[in-house]
Amino acid sequence: MTYLLAAYVVLFAALLAYLVIHALKLARLDRELAELTELARERRAEREEAPVGG
Amino acid sequence: MLLGGGVALALLWAPEDADQGASQRIFYIHVPIALTAYAMFGWGAWKALRLLGKREERYDLESYTAVHMGVIFGVLTLVSGSIWARASWGVWWDWRDNQLVLFLILFLFYSAYFMLRYSLAPGASRANISAVYALFGVVLIPVSFLAIRLAESFLHPGPVVLTRDVGENVPGSMLLTFCVCLAGMLALAAALYRSELLGKRVDARLRELREALA
Repeated sequence: MTYLLAAYVVLFAALLAYLVIHALKLARLDRELAELTELARERRAEREEAPVGG
Repeated sequence: MLLGGGVALALLWAPEDADQGASQRIFYIHVPIALTAYAMFGWGAWKALRLLGKREERYDLESYTAVHMGVIFGVLTLVSGSIWARASWGVWWDWRDNQLVLFLILFLFYSAYFMLRYSLAPGASRANISAVYALFGVVLIPVSFLAIRLAESFLHPGPVVLTRDVGENVPGSMLLTFCVCLAGMLALAAALYRSELLGKRVDARLRELREALA
């Protein structure tokens, strides 16, 4: 009975660990996307502020 | 839901095996996990073949993701199999068993895929070499799968589903439970594959965007 429980617990623990890792990865991607969006906004503001033709 | 239902059937409804007792219920997760690992390695090889045939970059990421998922299910196969072996045979591993050793070889072969992939610079060359490697590995799948049917003297239990001898087939309730668990495991693998692929695609596009904005 102990081994039966161990096998099922391992499966669900692995699934849970995978989901946690995946959630952390999505959070990192979200942060990177926010950084890049900010960078793109800064670039656009710089272009708009720059005098035409120079 | 399918997997949850399968686990509930396996633990609460399926009859107990006369020989192995409660530990036989590990069968309902161990075999579906192993078949799912084969399916993911096979899927990775199929995508590799598509890459080599069509030269479309997206197949490289799809093949890589499938192999990645296959390795995860491979680890789970080895762990759940070891637990079942300890419960049934009294040992965690037996090197005399062809099925175990062949699965370990398959697993190590695909684990080495990552070492190969990350030792090469990203680009078409890496994609092609990785695809050829993934295709070579697929040869091991039928060998590993058929070992259980071809070999005769080992500890690993023989096939109990869809055998030629009707008397050796499992009862209907056990077969139904097994099928629900297998469907659940395949559905779980498909969902994880799609989610992982999406994550990897977004990651790759963000990297490109960062380079473009730098």
